[in-house]
Amino acid sequence: MSGSAVAPARGREAAAGALRRVAVVVAAVAVLAAAWELYAALGPVDGAGVGGVRLLPRADERSMPHLGTVLATLGEPEVAVPGARTVGQAVLAGAWTTLRLALAGWALGALVGAALAVAMQRLRLLEDGLLPWVVLSQTVPIIALAPVVAGWGGVLSVGPIAWTPASSVVVISAFLAFCPVAVGLLRGLQAPSALTEELFTSYAASWRQQLLRLRLPASLPFVVPALRLAAAQAVVGAIVAEISTGTRGGIGRLIIEYSQQATSSPARVHAAVWGAAALGLLVAGLITLADVALRRSRGTSGGPA
Amino acid sequence: MSSSTAVPAAPMVAVRALTQRFATAAGPVTALDGVDLTIERGRFVSLIGPSGCGKSTLLRVVGDLVTPTSGEVLVGGKTAAQARRDQDYGIAFQSAGLLEWRTVARNVELPLELHGVGRRERRARALDLLELVGLGDVAGARPSQLSGGMQQRVAIARALAESPSLLLMDEPFGALDEMTRERLQDELLRVAAAAGTTVLFVTHSIPEAVYLSDRVVVMSARPGRVAAVVDVDLPRGAGTDVREAPEFFARVTDVREALRGAPVRTGASA
Repeated sequence: MSGSAVAPARGREAAAGALRRVAVVVAAVAVLAAAWELYAALGPVDGAGVGGVRLLPRADERSMPHLGTVLATLGEPEVAVPGARTVGQAVLAGAWTTLRLALAGWALGALVGAALAVAMQRLRLLEDGLLPWVVLSQTVPIIALAPVVAGWGGVLSVGPIAWTPASSVVVISAFLAFCPVAVGLLRGLQAPSALTEELFTSYAASWRQQLLRLRLPASLPFVVPALRLAAAQAVVGAIVAEISTGTRGGIGRLIIEYSQQATSSPARVHAAVWGAAALGLLVAGLITLADVALRRSRGTSGGPA
Repeated sequence: MSSSTAVPAAPMVAVRALTQRFATAAGPVTALDGVDLTIERGRFVSLIGPSGCGKSTLLRVVGDLVTPTSGEVLVGGKTAAQARRDQDYGIAFQSAGLLEWRTVARNVELPLELHGVGRRERRARALDLLELVGLGDVAGARPSQLSGGMQQRVAIARALAESPSLLLMDEPFGALDEMTRERLQDELLRVAAAAGTTVLFVTHSIPEAVYLSDRVVVMSARPGRVAAVVDVDLPRGAGTDVREAPEFFARVTDVREALRGAPVRTGASA
């Protein structure tokens, strides 16, 4: 087989490609950091504008703290009490809380999205009736939705578990995450050619067999990007939901608290935003890792086993 | 069960007064109009005709992939639907239609897997079939690593997985180069003869139809009808000897003239 001879070369190429991508990302971050520092050093301290409309942002220490200052803030204690946790620890703890909520929201959203996609694939009528609403649902502003969901607290309970602010965050996060999964998986389930569908009909395969052996495997290339998009949406949803429902403990709440301290320690809110960004990257990275593992087990990227 | 027991005396395929209409944007189209076709067991029958003559539709009606508007279709004495449920036929199309995420062997196993054959048994059967089509050494490869001709052989192996008594083939060699095509034709004849399989074969190629078949059914278009039947009596799978024999060219001429609408002299020659 020529494939087995090609496989190691392909592996080397893939490794080199991965290395190149990492280098590009590092370079992009470096360029961004340099641009930030350059503007902070050389930009007009009070900003600049025409006729009272500010076009260039302020470059003072409060608006654009040096990156070094933000890094140093991470090591500072949060409050001036002996034994208080540092800002860095607070950001980590907040990110961890939000990560768990976002992952729960992502899983719930993916589940609901997948169920909708399978139902829509099964029944054409459902697709025609439901798909526009799925897409339209994403135009509802979270800020408007959040108080409604938060209002379920004390009214609603799932079995013995009472509705907590965290439940609201999960639901809002899921509300953002389900749409890409529903749309992406539906496209994937519809991906098999008419010919392979005919083949399964000739085998007198049941709908369930066709779903498990044909449609789901064929949908994987569509589902992975959809899940990644959903993960990013879930993180954004969780942070915005924390802010608009006032849920404590997460990175969203931390951003609000630190922005209120902007006068005394302006670098803190930046540290919290860094935490939020790192969270998004982490979640996207997790999905990519899962994708790589999945591809390896399917053998679509390498040679024959 | 009485319904799933084939009647041994019944012809493999019996189509009577078959009419097929499709609703299209441009109005109803009659794809097949009063078609009769009988195929005895063990025969190799080709359908040939211009595009739109309904030859692929006829094959799909026999395979119960299309429900006829009117008429009767019996496969081995059963209804076409029952024959499909009983897996009495295997099918192969112009495009191999392999599942890219499965290895070659697992593609051949697919129909067996769907019908609950045990893992070890179906693996053994798949390897036997791959051996039969000369692909024993690529069982673990992915379809994307194979050439078009190899993929088509995998598709044929898959069609044979359930040891069907009938093989339905819709231009299976249409996308292959001439050399590969001729080699696969001989392979198909060998495999079908060894298993005593009846074959219904749709093609665009006159020499292919003549070389492979006991009988060539020539169809005309709009509406699709059987225009002529040319019986061929040449040694099966004799390769170059047959392809260059005068009798071969005589039958090719017969089919060509039948396609043009000229009256056919033969038909009684078999």
